[in-house]
Amino acid sequence: MTTQPMQFVPGSEFKRRAAEVVANPFLRKSFRGAMDFLIAKRAAQFPDPELLERQRTLAEEIRRYSLSRLPALLEQLEANLVKNGVKVHWAENPDEANAIILGICRQHDARLMVKGKSMVSEEVELNHAMDAAGIEALESDMGEYIVQLAGEKPSHIIMPAIHKTKQDIAKLFAEKVPGVSYTEDVDALIQVGRDVLRKKFMDADIGLSGVNFAVAETGSLCLVENEGNGRMCTTVPNVHIAITGIEKVVEKLEHVVPLYGLLTRSATGQAITTYFNVITGPRREGEKDGPREMHLVLVDNGRTQAYADEQLRQTLQCIRCGACMNHCPVYTRIGGHAYGTTYPGPIGEIISPHMMGLAATHVLPGASTLCGACGEVCPVKIPIPDLLIRLREEATHEAKPGHAPLVGQGAGKTTFASLAFKGFAFLYSRPALYRLFAWGATRFRFLTPSNQAGWTATRTPLKPAAKSLRDLLAERRIDERKSC
Amino acid sequence: MSARDKILAKLRAAPAQPLASPDASITTHYASLPRTAKDKLAQEFAEKITAWHAEVHTVPRSQWVDKARTIVADKGIATLLYAPATAHGKELAASGIAGLKAYDQPIEAWKQEMFDGIDAAITGTRGAIAETGTMILWPDADEPRLMSLVPPIHIALVDADAILPTLYDAITTQGWSKGLPTNALLVTGPSKTADIQQTLAYGAHGPKELIVLLLTGEAQ
Repeated sequence: MTTQPMQFVPGSEFKRRAAEVVANPFLRKSFRGAMDFLIAKRAAQFPDPELLERQRTLAEEIRRYSLSRLPALLEQLEANLVKNGVKVHWAENPDEANAIILGICRQHDARLMVKGKSMVSEEVELNHAMDAAGIEALESDMGEYIVQLAGEKPSHIIMPAIHKTKQDIAKLFAEKVPGVSYTEDVDALIQVGRDVLRKKFMDADIGLSGVNFAVAETGSLCLVENEGNGRMCTTVPNVHIAITGIEKVVEKLEHVVPLYGLLTRSATGQAITTYFNVITGPRREGEKDGPREMHLVLVDNGRTQAYADEQLRQTLQCIRCGACMNHCPVYTRIGGHAYGTTYPGPIGEIISPHMMGLAATHVLPGASTLCGACGEVCPVKIPIPDLLIRLREEATHEAKPGHAPLVGQGAGKTTFASLAFKGFAFLYSRPALYRLFAWGATRFRFLTPSNQAGWTATRTPLKPAAKSLRDLLAERRIDERKSC
Repeated sequence: MSARDKILAKLRAAPAQPLASPDASITTHYASLPRTAKDKLAQEFAEKITAWHAEVHTVPRSQWVDKARTIVADKGIATLLYAPATAHGKELAASGIAGLKAYDQPIEAWKQEMFDGIDAAITGTRGAIAETGTMILWPDADEPRLMSLVPPIHIALVDADAILPTLYDAITTQGWSKGLPTNALLVTGPSKTADIQQTLAYGAHGPKELIVLLLTGEAQ
């Protein structure tokens, strides 16, 4: 099975990919349709805006509280997991996470790993590492399975194959799955995946899963899903490895309830998922199924950088519902792949800089119109537009005194932009000069070129108005005097 | 310094921001929501889980085995997995229903048969949640985890008296945090996916059908 290497997208590359999607009417229609569908389904779950506001405020309070006690909660989680018989590992970066998981696989001479949906495993490029080590890592979430079969990466964190039509999938299965003939019947296609993957669940040595919520007080891992593949991965193989970001921990099971209720409603407009799986340790004495060994890998990968700053810390409140991308006018037009990051859309724009550094991601905070939709729908009230503005600033400036620089701080700074803004500041802070400029710009507007480099590639040329605001106001004053 | 110590040290070095526990806010929030009256819980649960594509049969407690027998015949279930050490398992064993298969040995001994040779499994529940039409499963040594997952049909017994209004009620009144099993479960309908072009399909990896026997006190 081939996996795509993680590739960050430099500025020019991001724009090229985005332009490609924008020029593809099928992809645009596919994303627009899918997003409209998800937006409507979510809205139907929240008929009472006041109640929604109360729920969001509560969820924000829970997440902020959990983060305020993060180091203590992580230690409590670890202690209780160990008590429950779970081995806990910590990884500062993707390489460490992969090395830990490979080490566990080697201990068990594993040849096949079945994977439940885990964005953190995408983030550390686990499939690639497993591939390189000669161990098959098979995605078992239907969407992830399809995307892996196609040699692609997910284009949405909740619906990984959202960019594919059933015709694409019919063709893919007919080509790649032995003995399958072309069918566009969705039930039949799902049955194909079910049959292939059931054999794999039975044969797998290792089951890997993500974690939606880790509960410190009880030492439990909560998994949210509809398909049952998560339960298969965490129950059938002899070894279960869970991987998650350090920010997913909450103190108590009671704290999960409001978050879970908002997660599923915000994500896919469901009041609840088919399965909510609370795992508290491996198979106990006398039990007849369940893994005999269980591990949790806690991954940092830049999260501590976000945590170090009280404003950027809010990024870590995220519960990964995907509502921000569903409602983002930019995501809807360019889709998930253009971003070139594991997490696309608004949440990707604010979290990827911590994971991959600003040198690789400085264009992303700019891929937003700042319309505010993402912040409005966020179930845990992350002020995404504020964080976008903050990261734009960090991407183009030195760190403020007293602030530790972010990885890649100032990487997006260009001489042209700095000069342009310096010129702007010079002109706009000198009234006499500004008046002269406005006088000239309006009188000589016929001199503006019709070809304005990148701007006119897809837009009409910019041209100063015939009269400046000052001129207009002055005229109005004269008119008013006349009418008095 | 280990990765663990480095991560914790970085977190501890960040500006501290002590915040009050959200416990009181959570309690107040759930107390402020309208609650379904006790005598309406079973009806609400049945309606909601039916909307999630489950098949619900309301039966008097004393007659559930006969209902199970009818379902087994109607669905053409040739092998029915059950948990012999449970109270309902014992009733089933005594029923003489054909094709009963006891889950009485570790999965390693019969994995292939579990995946390929079982048509349906029947399990108990620890109650249910009316608000979302959700069953609470509490698998243990007697009634293992895979029963509600691998066979294509899952038949579940829900006691109408054990239905609670919300998940929050279930977690608090049943005292979940005081003693969780290895795998506590909420199940709301059969396995499903909408990963192909947002088209809903049932039986993705788990059961294709969920049949709920809602057990009530008296004949209805």
